[in-house]
Amino acid sequence: MSAPAPSLHSAEAKARAERLGLRLGKANLDVFAEALTELATADRNVLAVTSDSRGSGKLKPFGEALPKQIVEVGIAEQNLVGVAAGIASCGKTVFAVSPACFLATRSLEQIKNDVCYSDLPVALVGISAGVSYGALGSTHHSLHDFAALRAIHNVTVLAPADNRETRSSIRWAATHDRPVYLRFGKAALYDLSDEPAPRDPRVASLLRDGDDVALIGAGETVIHCLLAADLLAEHGVESRVLSIPSVKPLDESALLAAGRECRVVLTAEEHSEHGGLGDAVARLLLGAGMTPVFRGVAIPDEDTYTGSQADIFGRYGLSMEGIADRALRALDAARVVL
Amino acid sequence: MTRPALTDQHLRRKSAEYRRDVLRAIYHAGAGHTGGSLSCIDILNVLYNRVMNISPVNWRDPLRDRYVQSKGHSVEALYVVLADKGFYPFESLEKLCRGGSYFVGHPTRKIPGIEMNTGALGHGLPVSVGMAIAGKLDAASYRVFTLLGDGELAEGSNWEAAMCAAHYKLDNLTAIIDCNTLQITGATRDVCCNEPLDEKFTSFGWEVLCIDGHDVAELTTALSRPAASGKPTCIIARTVKGRGVSFMEGVVKWHHGVPSADEFAVAMAELEGALK
Ligand SMILES: Cc1ncc(C[n+]2csc(CCOP(=O)(O)OP(=O)(O)O)c2C)c(N)n1
Repeated sequence: MSAPAPSLHSAEAKARAERLGLRLGKANLDVFAEALTELATADRNVLAVTSDSRGSGKLKPFGEALPKQIVEVGIAEQNLVGVAAGIASCGKTVFAVSPACFLATRSLEQIKNDVCYSDLPVALVGISAGVSYGALGSTHHSLHDFAALRAIHNVTVLAPADNRETRSSIRWAATHDRPVYLRFGKAALYDLSDEPAPRDPRVASLLRDGDDVALIGAGETVIHCLLAADLLAEHGVESRVLSIPSVKPLDESALLAAGRECRVVLTAEEHSEHGGLGDAVARLLLGAGMTPVFRGVAIPDEDTYTGSQADIFGRYGLSMEGIADRALRALDAARVVL
Repeated sequence: MTRPALTDQHLRRKSAEYRRDVLRAIYHAGAGHTGGSLSCIDILNVLYNRVMNISPVNWRDPLRDRYVQSKGHSVEALYVVLADKGFYPFESLEKLCRGGSYFVGHPTRKIPGIEMNTGALGHGLPVSVGMAIAGKLDAASYRVFTLLGDGELAEGSNWEAAMCAAHYKLDNLTAIIDCNTLQITGATRDVCCNEPLDEKFTSFGWEVLCIDGHDVAELTTALSRPAASGKPTCIIARTVKGRGVSFMEGVVKWHHGVPSADEFAVAMAELEGALK
């Protein structure tokens, strides 16, 4: 099978990534499957539960290697989460795997009650998240999972941005004794740094420092922020780039520092403009009395455009070019304000 | 330590005491689900006092039997039985539904003896399937019991779980349906008919037993069956909603009705009478 295409919209973006020495890695989903296999090989109490999604979850080799450690419930996402909660209550480490679009809505009540309210350490794995299934249309877009899960008490919401963050997120989720939601897309991803990712994924990564504009992404938008920062440097703009693997809880100190020190704060997320990273960051900053010029780049509240993930990112300004353009215009606005 | 076995007569007396305690708790709280708590009392009584291997002593033991009350609204019945088993003093129930109390109107794991938070209907069977799968994986001897309402069965998640239980040959799982034929709006047959229930579960690959859900001897036989059939068991227990209080029996408004002072006095006289 051919490797998934990265979400980069343009040849210029690809060229810039190469110039920056960023290496194209695997899709987070592949890393997930490998890391889970490693964990489960070492510990027979680590299980995957899937809803006819072991193919899309890249768990076929896992199922073949460890057939006793995979529970297949069929196309029954509500049952998936209930069963996972029941298994977790018996002391096992459970990863419940299903496309994010179904997991975060069809099973939302099971997530809320069976997992979060019952305080069971289930790792909920939303695969092919955001607009990974772009061309399949709105039924398959998951643009609401941050919003839905942020509003539920007792769950950590993680969207790792590259293979490094994914590995550390999975290892952390396997030992964390509380509910975790992990969001993985399908695209191949560039490793965003040579440094190892923080062992605790609730910590943000500072990928580039600057104080004109803070570009803040979660998951598959972070690469676009990093490339936009490089493009902006050609305009004399110094950007700070933050990867926020944890949409909840937020790394408040990193974000408050960005709000305090940068003239413009811009968030970029593969999510509805309602209820996601942008809302979370804006609320944090306003609550702390900060009023930087703020822009939230996200999928607008409309009948969503359909196409590949890269097409949709391009359409809604989540590309390198789109983010750089929004940042420049915001800096102009900031100047007017000053 | 072997305890003297409880006779059927003992158990019937216990049921009468439980009903009285349920009504008292609901009356003092000014809230609760009366009808469905009274209909399932005999089932809980037999489970906790005769069938399940569960007590405050082995409560953290991984090999304990599991009970999940899917019809979480009838929590008062469970609270009373757990108090009687010694999980907490009866006086704890004086705080039922009071601000800040752990004893809220649906089961929570904050209360000793409660396995799973429930209350939204249609959750108990999937969770119990998970527990039974875990038991099979560990080749553990414990059994899993879950109590469902017949109205609750309209939730599709039950049928997802029913298929899954048969697929995994979960003969360590028993679902008991408190088949009191009423729900909030009226008769289950009129709201969304699910008859014939026995044929439905049979066709889903379950072993089905139909019994009188107030007969402690029948309940004992049905609930004590050895788990070796390769099939999950469904016990359709015919019950009467509001059982034990004449003016509540079979009357839909007592689903979550709380008695007035006068009604309470009449009901208590009847329930005390049953103890004589
Ligand atoms: C998902 C969900 N929908 C609705 C309710 C509200 N509700 C509480 S009890 C009940 C009726 C239950 O009827 P049944 O299952 O027959 O229980 P029983 O008669 O034994 O009390 C309803 C609709 C709920 N608790 N959960």
